Amino acid sequence: MAQLMYFSKVREQIGIGDETIDLPHTIATVEDLVAHLRGLGDGYNSALADMTFIRVAINQNHVGIDHAVTNADEIAFFPPVTGG
Amino acid sequence: MAYIAVQSEDFDLSAEFARIQGDDTDIGALVTFTGTVRDMTGTLESMTLEHYPGMTEKLLEQIATEAETRWPLLGCTIIHRYGTLSPGDNIVLVITASSHRQAAFDAAEYLMDFLKSKAPFWKKETTEAGGNWVDAKETDETALKRWDT
Repeated sequence: MAQLMYFSKVREQIGIGDETIDLPHTIATVEDLVAHLRGLGDGYNSALADMTFIRVAINQNHVGIDHAVTNADEIAFFPPVTGG
Repeated sequence: MAYIAVQSEDFDLSAEFARIQGDDTDIGALVTFTGTVRDMTGTLESMTLEHYPGMTEKLLEQIATEAETRWPLLGCTIIHRYGTLSPGDNIVLVITASSHRQAAFDAAEYLMDFLKSKAPFWKKETTEAGGNWVDAKETDETALKRWDT
């Protein structure tokens, strides 16, 4: 089961901070996962509509949208960071 | 060697000076940067900082390790707060220690540039009109590029 985590505006739009999902075997990359999540409802669709404004981390490392995903991963979606 | 803390509590500059200095007499230069909650228009009620527990600490450790390989540092401190803060409150503290000032100045700037673009924190401003997530600045990404060499 993959652990999904959402932060900031993405968390608010989707309505939850985290969830676990069993990735269908058709999902190989972050991009595939995003397409799958967009189909889960309006909140997901608006949160992940424009991926140029979304950053992705897998197992707590920044990655690009073409990165591979597996059921063993912790996958986080969030807006560009604004700390400091 | 680096001291990293992600905490809701405030930090105390003199206590952090004592921590980084210890009994190390090689240190000739300490540079500190403190970021505070800004209220440009007088309308800010509070600022809430959200972060990604686990990844935040890991990122800050990585940034500190990279700075220590680039400059001859004798110590480095990064403290970042989360939770709900008021205008004027401390947000972040960076201290770098070295024998000479240039390494300490450069390393402090490097740490802040990477922290601002990579560490998973998000600011939400609350005014009378409601809450608003702060947008990331393109200038922060640009600031990173000067360290590419």
